[in-house]
Amino acid sequence: MTPAVSLPLSTVRDLVYLLAIIGFIMALKGLGSPRFARRGNQLGAVAAAAAVAVTFTLPTLRHAGTNLVLALIAMVLGAVVAVPVARLVKMTAMPQLVAIFNGVGGGAAALISIIELLHLHSLGLKPAVYVTAEVLLGVIIGSVSFSGSAIAFIKLQELITGRPITYPGQQFINAAVGFAIGALIIVALVTGNIAFVFIILGLSLVLGLILVLPIGGADVPVLISLLNSFTGLAVAASGFVLDNNLLIVAGTLVGASGIILTRLMSSAMGRSLPNILFSAFGAVITATGGEEGDASRSVRTGTAEDVGVLLAYARKVVIIPGYGLAVAQAQHTVRELADALTAKGVDVSYAIHPVAGRMPGHMNVLLAEANVPYDKLEEMDEANAEMPTTTVALVVGANDTVNPAALSTPGSPIYGMPIIKADEAENIIFLKRSMRPGFAGIDNELLYNAKTTMLFGDAKDTLQKLVTAVADA
Amino acid sequence: MIGPVAVIAQTSSGTGIIEYLTVFVLAAFVGIEVVSKVPSILHTPLMSGSNAIHGIVLVGALTIMGEAHGTPQLVLGFLAIFLATLNVVGGFVVTDRMLEMFKAKPEKRPAAQASGVEDPGDRA
Repeated sequence: MTPAVSLPLSTVRDLVYLLAIIGFIMALKGLGSPRFARRGNQLGAVAAAAAVAVTFTLPTLRHAGTNLVLALIAMVLGAVVAVPVARLVKMTAMPQLVAIFNGVGGGAAALISIIELLHLHSLGLKPAVYVTAEVLLGVIIGSVSFSGSAIAFIKLQELITGRPITYPGQQFINAAVGFAIGALIIVALVTGNIAFVFIILGLSLVLGLILVLPIGGADVPVLISLLNSFTGLAVAASGFVLDNNLLIVAGTLVGASGIILTRLMSSAMGRSLPNILFSAFGAVITATGGEEGDASRSVRTGTAEDVGVLLAYARKVVIIPGYGLAVAQAQHTVRELADALTAKGVDVSYAIHPVAGRMPGHMNVLLAEANVPYDKLEEMDEANAEMPTTTVALVVGANDTVNPAALSTPGSPIYGMPIIKADEAENIIFLKRSMRPGFAGIDNELLYNAKTTMLFGDAKDTLQKLVTAVADA
Repeated sequence: MIGPVAVIAQTSSGTGIIEYLTVFVLAAFVGIEVVSKVPSILHTPLMSGSNAIHGIVLVGALTIMGEAHGTPQLVLGFLAIFLATLNVVGGFVVTDRMLEMFKAKPEKRPAAQASGVEDPGDRA
């Protein structure tokens, strides 16, 4: 017996939205283990597709011919641009890509709020105070995320300097813009005049810009994570505007996860979030050393052959990767070297600093691409415990994450950040392109350490030479 | 004109907002709970994956497009849908590409277990 139940279309839609919510939660949960992560993400994609498809059953959308056609054209255009970009961009450019996809999401959320406001206005309705408040939240958070992500993209793409950009009175100007927005919010809520919303929109775009400009170098990963969280909250605000639970839940899930991730990352750097956002970290660089470091001090350089012998007869080698590994695309070569050493009976592991590279887990993704087993990847504390018994610490393209100034020099901008204590190993080998300081722009004492040997050049070439040298040793 | 006014009057009553706030608060707890268990090796895919999830703002963009009247609203709606599609499609594709690299290792034991789970014939 199958009772002929005819559900109203709106109920079907809400049910599909509910299923999509479950899909998103499962997707995030799937990301908790490498084995289920990919399936989790695919489930999320299916959930999103189903929710989008069922949205076309909305009577307003179905019955508005022009609107429907425009909507479909916009979606096709979006997909035609997004798929090739997402497929073809190099692994090293992933952080920029995430930043840009995040920014456009924030922009879409802000636009939704504005359209709703225009819509209510064109109907001659004065929106309730809480509706104006929801709209304003969407506009402000969305546009800060949009312009902030755009600047983060431009910085990461190195279209402008990755260093903090500072100017006199910066803090004062930021605070002034913040207060102006705050004051205008109150005016807009009291008067209900939509002109103020557009002024707030403009100021919010400016705010995103000026908040991100002074953030540089090592802090960009934290920033992207924070902006990701912002976009989530902007989407949740759109959900309030449109009375849509799916947007509220999905946006809030992302907002919460982004904040957790941001906190994990900033505590990994031993700094508070306000400190990261407002201290123009790394601006001291110019005072502590030039582009090329201190030329008057000598470093020891070695040959690949010498280092190859040292590695081949070591007891334990810890590889410390950094952004340089990503730039040189050397993840496969570093694995070859590890394999060659393992074949010689050397105990090889990788020490992963939480903020190595330009995104959390950046190194893990790269090394996973080269099929490095997970159990060889050690987190910072684990690696540090073993460092005194390590024969060779092999630093591949890392710099700030092994800089002892973080522990020893209270005046240093990175003071207080936990580091991988490469200086406690018996020998330190640095693979570096030049004596230039790292992304944070701070000179590194470790380069001048008596235990340190430098191998200059492209990380991939140098590693290739080391593989040969180890095989010959 | 009666339709939209009635709808707005209903949602403006203020009862809806409390329900939505409840959903918001509960979702925040779920988000924190689910995400705090993610290992650091998956932080980049997590950021990218959650970035894709907020691309569901496309549903909102489509909803508002249904209500759009007049050129300014249609243009902004078009733009919102385009941007949201970039977010959701690009986000999921790029995350999938990252996670592709986490594919199972060619070790015999886990591979055998995985295929055993997937193949119902083994159990029968």
